[in-house]
Amino acid sequence: METIILFAPLVGSLICGFGWKLIGETAALWVSTGLLFLSALLSWAVFVNFDGVTEQVQILRFIESGSLTTDWSIRLDRLTAIMLIVITTVSSLVHLYSFGYMDKDPQWKEGETYKPRFFAYLSFFTFAMLALVTADNLVQMFFGWEGVGVASYLLIGFYYRKPSANAAAIKAFVVNRVGDFGFSLGIFTLFFLVDSINFDDIFSAAPTLAETQLTFLWSEWNAANLVAVLLFIGAMGKSAQLFLHTWLPDAMEGPTPVSALIHAATMVTAGVFLVCRMSPLMEFAPEAMAFVTVLGATTAFFAATVGLVQTDIKRVIAYSTCSQLGYMFVAAGVGMYSAAMFHLLTHAFFKALLFLGAGSVIHAMHHEQDMTNYGALRKRIPYTYWAMMIGTLAITGVGIPLTQIGFAGFLSKDAIIESAWAGGSSYGFWLLVIAAAFTSFYSWRLMFLTFYGQARGDKHTHEHAHESPLTMLIPLGVLSLGAVLAGMVWYSSFFGHADQVGKFYGIPVAEAGAYGEETSVEGDHGTESQSAESQGHGEGAGDAATVEGEHHYVFAGRPGEGALYFGKDNHVLDDAHAAPVWVKVSPFVAMLGGLIMAIWFYILNPSLPGRLAENQRPLYLFLKNKWYFDEIYAAIFVRPVIGIGRVLWKRGDGSAIDGFLNGVALGIVPFFTRLAGRAQSGFIFTYAFWMVLGIAALVTWMTIGGGAH
Amino acid sequence: MDNILSIVTFIPALAALILVVFLRGEDEAAQRNAKYVALFATSVTFLVSLGIYFQFDPADTGFQFVEQSQWLLGLQYKMGVDGISVLFVMLTTFIMPLTILASWNVTARVKEYMVAFLLLETLMLGVFMALDLVLFYLFFEAGLIPMFLIIGIWGGKDRIYASFKFFLYTFLGSVLMLVAMVGMFADAGTTDIEVLMTHQFAFENYDLLGIHVVGGMQTLMFLAFFASFAVKMPMWPVHTWLPDAHVQAPTAGSVVLAAILLKMGGYGFLRFSLPMFPVGSEVMAPLVLWLSAIAIVYTSLVALVQEDMKKLIAYSSVAHMGFVTMGIFAANQQGVDGAIFQMLSHGFISAALFLIVGVIYDRMHTREIEAYGGLVVRMPAFALVFMFFTMGNVGLPGTSGFIGEFLTLAGIFQVNTWVAAVATSGVIFSACYALWLYRRVVFGDLIKESLKTITDMTARERFIFAPLIAMTLLLGIYPSLVTDIIGPSTTALISNFDTSLAAAEAASQHASN
Repeated sequence: METIILFAPLVGSLICGFGWKLIGETAALWVSTGLLFLSALLSWAVFVNFDGVTEQVQILRFIESGSLTTDWSIRLDRLTAIMLIVITTVSSLVHLYSFGYMDKDPQWKEGETYKPRFFAYLSFFTFAMLALVTADNLVQMFFGWEGVGVASYLLIGFYYRKPSANAAAIKAFVVNRVGDFGFSLGIFTLFFLVDSINFDDIFSAAPTLAETQLTFLWSEWNAANLVAVLLFIGAMGKSAQLFLHTWLPDAMEGPTPVSALIHAATMVTAGVFLVCRMSPLMEFAPEAMAFVTVLGATTAFFAATVGLVQTDIKRVIAYSTCSQLGYMFVAAGVGMYSAAMFHLLTHAFFKALLFLGAGSVIHAMHHEQDMTNYGALRKRIPYTYWAMMIGTLAITGVGIPLTQIGFAGFLSKDAIIESAWAGGSSYGFWLLVIAAAFTSFYSWRLMFLTFYGQARGDKHTHEHAHESPLTMLIPLGVLSLGAVLAGMVWYSSFFGHADQVGKFYGIPVAEAGAYGEETSVEGDHGTESQSAESQGHGEGAGDAATVEGEHHYVFAGRPGEGALYFGKDNHVLDDAHAAPVWVKVSPFVAMLGGLIMAIWFYILNPSLPGRLAENQRPLYLFLKNKWYFDEIYAAIFVRPVIGIGRVLWKRGDGSAIDGFLNGVALGIVPFFTRLAGRAQSGFIFTYAFWMVLGIAALVTWMTIGGGAH
Repeated sequence: MDNILSIVTFIPALAALILVVFLRGEDEAAQRNAKYVALFATSVTFLVSLGIYFQFDPADTGFQFVEQSQWLLGLQYKMGVDGISVLFVMLTTFIMPLTILASWNVTARVKEYMVAFLLLETLMLGVFMALDLVLFYLFFEAGLIPMFLIIGIWGGKDRIYASFKFFLYTFLGSVLMLVAMVGMFADAGTTDIEVLMTHQFAFENYDLLGIHVVGGMQTLMFLAFFASFAVKMPMWPVHTWLPDAHVQAPTAGSVVLAAILLKMGGYGFLRFSLPMFPVGSEVMAPLVLWLSAIAIVYTSLVALVQEDMKKLIAYSSVAHMGFVTMGIFAANQQGVDGAIFQMLSHGFISAALFLIVGVIYDRMHTREIEAYGGLVVRMPAFALVFMFFTMGNVGLPGTSGFIGEFLTLAGIFQVNTWVAAVATSGVIFSACYALWLYRRVVFGDLIKESLKTITDMTARERFIFAPLIAMTLLLGIYPSLVTDIIGPSTTALISNFDTSLAAAEAASQHASN
């Protein structure tokens, strides 16, 4: 079944991309969409029926060289199962949505067929992403990793006539390659140390790595920390974390469904997935984890500040994505991988919803993306308005404080903020709380500018603003459902008590009292004790509550046992639950603050933002220009590299090497050139020609002659 | 078939002979006949060579299909293949029919053109099969002449300069190799490569002209061979002949040059340098590794600023060959496997890239990147093929380009992390130049008046690319096709190398005590 999930999108992509001339355009689109829905259906079946035991399916041999042996294979555990539903659900909905959105795209001329290509790319992307999450070793993961990169490149540059789209596509690929540089070195380091790059071997070697020192480049490093940081550099590229984030806003050049699928819900979360996947290693790399936390928190803050002042609707959401990914990394960084995955899941729903909603607005407004030309669209596109409203309620984290009732983002974001506090990172905690206020502000700003106030911009466009077709509204409806419910339904699985989380991920748990004797639990391999646990909880919610009241559980798996690993000293989950009330309500307060500010700025006093931008011009420009990252990079990387290339070519190859060698050859080349120039008539060549023939004849004759002896 | 190697080697030469003797005239019929004879001969060569492939026993790490007989003058004719060479033979026979097909539109001196290519094939196959020093040298050097002619007669407007530069560079390198070969014969008393591989050349340090030579005679011999192979590879800084040669060569010439001729250097390192001069290799390895790492970054940066498509691809070839030398002199299983893989993969991908340039050169008669733009609008099939090989060139996983880079880097990392880090950064630059080239040629709007009527690939052109795409994909997804065959031989090579080094180590310690 996993094999079908994985390959259905590939088959769809090939049929759609190459077969559309045979079966017709519409049929091709439906084939790829249909196969994606099949994939999604099966994924949900796998997710619901998954029993916590890791499955491995071998498909084909892959790279084999000496002690390096890898397979194409599928690793199915809870992490994979979560990613499967995220990817296939969003992808199938985006396929459906694209029927409406990509119809009669004004970027194309009459008679140009572009839709099969678009759908083929989408399906190919889905396949690569599935290959990434089902990988059982780092090379296959890298295959998916780069595969999604290519799909992203092709889709960002989908409007290939636009120079800006082409530039953005290359930028995305190259910046990701910078991350991959770290990722590859991480793989090589692991192979060097562990002599294998299969996950099982890496996980069981993780404790040893923590005690290994390694000379890498200029210094001696702790092996676990080094590998963790190198792999995280890869994650930074793919998940657009600070310093390697510059490609993500530009990636909005791609069609909006692409932004929803790739640059919000799935591909950009691959970095988070990588860190969670490597949790057995990360748990032994405390310094690297601190780095992850700090960088994640800084990204969350940075991107939120930039999001405050952008006016392109898609760019606001892009920076919001960047910021939310920072949240996930903070959760992973403090050791609460489960919370990171929780936010990954809920974020996929509400961010895809926001993007597709934005797409619907853009569609209605004839591809106008500047929010300053929107306004008062509430009545014109009511369904889109409500979808966006649900998305906004979810991302800003609306819910009832101190309960588990609220929109998806309320539960997952609060889980992260509590974890950050419990993990002892006050830097992370405070930046995330501030970022939560900013998130609320820019999200409501987007809503108010788009749907409230006065209609601005081209009058004609506003008059013709129309609600989107059903193919676009259905995905919005389904995602809305997810954005409302995902948090409440899965809260206990992701962020409940240790035994609930343990059962979900297949991690053995032990009673807290028996912690010192956890060897006995390890001895019988977890599955038994775990099935005993699950029986205990199968008897009903009320019963489970009393059990929890009496017993206290802790994680007791070995590295690689279950989908996640929590070290012995990792008490973040318990500490987060025991966090003081002020910690628990702080994100809610921040959210309210942001909302009130947004109402004040954009409903009550609409002239305020403009005046503030005038008064605080340097700050405004600093934010508006995204902290000047692009300009700085152009100055210190792009232009020097091209300059060096030119110097090496003209001076290095030209003057130095050729000059030197020509000098050594005492002008032999020019001399022969002149000689040959005189012999242009062809004598010399005819002569040489016969010489070759002669040698060949000689060799042949000698062979035959020799053979006769 | 006991002498299948000789049969494969000399079918093209025989066809060349037939063309020379029987084909008369320059009219259209004669030209067509020349093409068909060449195509037929190279195809038959390929089909027969499949016999070598299928009968080859990978588990046997020795030489197989060995043929040995006496020549005149006491020299011997000895051919054979092992796991290291057999796939180069296959690569050669695979590529040649495609190059003949790619030359279908040649109009000048068609007969001579085909004869040159057929002879070239014989000589290249001989290089990969020869098991005797003299025979090897003969094939190795003679191969220069047809290539020299191909560039010099059918090349572009600066063909004379380029062909002489090519000839002198490679020829001067080889002179030193000849000297070393004479020395080897004097020392070992034989020219049999199989015997020489087990012969131990002196490695005691000694002083030469006031220079203390670590590794003694082995180091000197290593350097002599290095001079020849490094030029052939080509390694930085003796690579400057390659861009000129490529730019001036006709499309098919570039294809053969990139796909096969460059591989002779790498093959030479594996056949001679590592097994025969282990101590010399060990002494010089750090230098070679750094030259490789520099080559990867340096030529990638230079490729970034090229204005001529062929030059860009030529520079990218040098960068890719940097991975090969790096892998070889990492001298471990992954490194050497990766190096061989990279050479084979580069054989398909670079061949395809030069053919791609050929496709649009045939239509527009310019290689200037500036002259193109927006080709995707009128040439979707071309755009697809070009995209595929661009991705192969940047080493995308799933294409063969990735496997070679990955293995060589995994190999070198165990030896020297600095070199590994510098070389790994090459993957960033390769993405830059390859995608930038693609964007300028294929993407964008088609606004240039001259391109408005350009036509997409013909059936013949598509037919040429199909096998290359298949191989690139196949090896990228199922690399065991290659590693199963080369694995045992490279393992043997590495273990012999390590044993010889250990023995040398023990001997020198014994001597110093």
